[in-house]
Amino acid sequence: MSQAEASSLAHTPLDRWHRDAGAKMVPFAGYEMPIEYGSIVDEHQACRTKAALFDVSHMGRLRFDGDGAAELLDRLLTRRVIDLPVGGVRYAMVCNQDGGILDDVLVSHLKTPSDQYYYLLVVNASNRQKIVEWIKQQLDDFPTVTFTDRTELTAMIAVQGPLAMETCRKLFSFDPARLKYYQATITDQFSKPAIVSRTGYTGEDGFELVVRAEEANRIWENIMLAGRDAGFAPAGLGARDTLRMEAAMPLYGHELNESTDPISAGLSFACNLNDRDFLGRDAIAKIKTAGPKRRRVGLLPEGRRPAREGCDVIGADGKVVGTITSGGPSPTLGKPIAMAMVDVEVADQTEFEIDIRGKRSAAVATKLPFYRRAKTDS
Amino acid sequence: MSRDKSKLLYAETHEWVDVSDEGGQKIATIGISDFAIEQLNDLVYMDLPEVGKTFDSGEEFGEVESVKAVSPLYCPVAGEIVEVHADLPDNLDGLNDDPYDFGWVIKIKVSDDSGLASLMDYPTYQKQCAESA
Repeated sequence: MSQAEASSLAHTPLDRWHRDAGAKMVPFAGYEMPIEYGSIVDEHQACRTKAALFDVSHMGRLRFDGDGAAELLDRLLTRRVIDLPVGGVRYAMVCNQDGGILDDVLVSHLKTPSDQYYYLLVVNASNRQKIVEWIKQQLDDFPTVTFTDRTELTAMIAVQGPLAMETCRKLFSFDPARLKYYQATITDQFSKPAIVSRTGYTGEDGFELVVRAEEANRIWENIMLAGRDAGFAPAGLGARDTLRMEAAMPLYGHELNESTDPISAGLSFACNLNDRDFLGRDAIAKIKTAGPKRRRVGLLPEGRRPAREGCDVIGADGKVVGTITSGGPSPTLGKPIAMAMVDVEVADQTEFEIDIRGKRSAAVATKLPFYRRAKTDS
Repeated sequence: MSRDKSKLLYAETHEWVDVSDEGGQKIATIGISDFAIEQLNDLVYMDLPEVGKTFDSGEEFGEVESVKAVSPLYCPVAGEIVEVHADLPDNLDGLNDDPYDFGWVIKIKVSDDSGLASLMDYPTYQKQCAESA
């Protein structure tokens, strides 16, 4: 990387902390981000067995205030927002007119302590500018909506793992157990407003916090300190990727992109086609009626050699039937896992081969996700 | 046997080379430096060539994979493989713990030792590592 490239990278409010903790920093979506603090596998295991703390401040945070905000989002998103209760969080996609996925997002309906209502859209870091432009194109039709990009004024911290609840209960001024999965609230418990949502990207229970940028270090250190004896670990993008792969959560730029539609990606649950019109609706409805050309499947490559993104998937007749979209070793299962997009005609077959850089490996299809946590409470 | 890493030769691509003379024939033992192993982290897989194969200097002879990525292994000198550390792929922890003795990867009968001249000594290699770290 040239010096010019390095200096153009943004830094999260927790950048100094990561460096002091010995993190290996890498360029990611315009930011310098920690990929690991020592061992991806250890960080992965900490999240599965105790809890891990992730700096996800690179994700975009877009706020919509004013009358018409729900209507604007109803036009943008594949799921309806107007019926989203205060405190609700919903996973949806932003699609173009052809049904191609521009981003996958979380939308929250929030109420401030001074009784202001607004929506928060959390978008992928790599798509933030694109989505901001896309929103701006719609704003003329919604003159009463105030749209603000809050990304740089805030930080985002995820605490994930079986012990996250217990520790957050001690820290937060409200009982976080009253939040159900996919609910969010604004709390002033850190003496400053913070959004706490029971969401995450690891397959574990936990919370995502949006806090003011200047509060990020204090809150991060408080959680680390509170969880220290329980074995909390900071975790980087490397563990985040192996965790989300095991949970079969799609990642933009891998399973999702502008030439993939939500139906093929296996996300029809996140598209409500019949309750209103939205950008891309007609195209997605056509794909749903005709049936998608490809489908997302889970594969278990035999042996220990991981199949990586971009490897060809070979069908029974020896022809290429798809591509690996994400793949690597699964620390929890102790063997490689992979997700692939394959032709719909072969999507129910159980045996495939994968071309791993010129060598063929057998692989069997498996149900997704690869890992599902034991449910304890709501 | 205990190899002194400060007496070995190094390739830019982080392989170490230990050359010995066995009856007038140069045999190069090749491994991966501790710096590279530290950078790779969390090794999960290794792909090695068969005995008898020949490689040019700079040619890829195998792969080592970490949780995150695949890294090619490059042959620092030209020659024929005379021995492969076949137990290594099943003992990646051993490679991690002891890259200079237990962790040797292949032995090559050097066919052309001109490649040796372009390898670095330890201080030069250390300097390269310090600059890339």
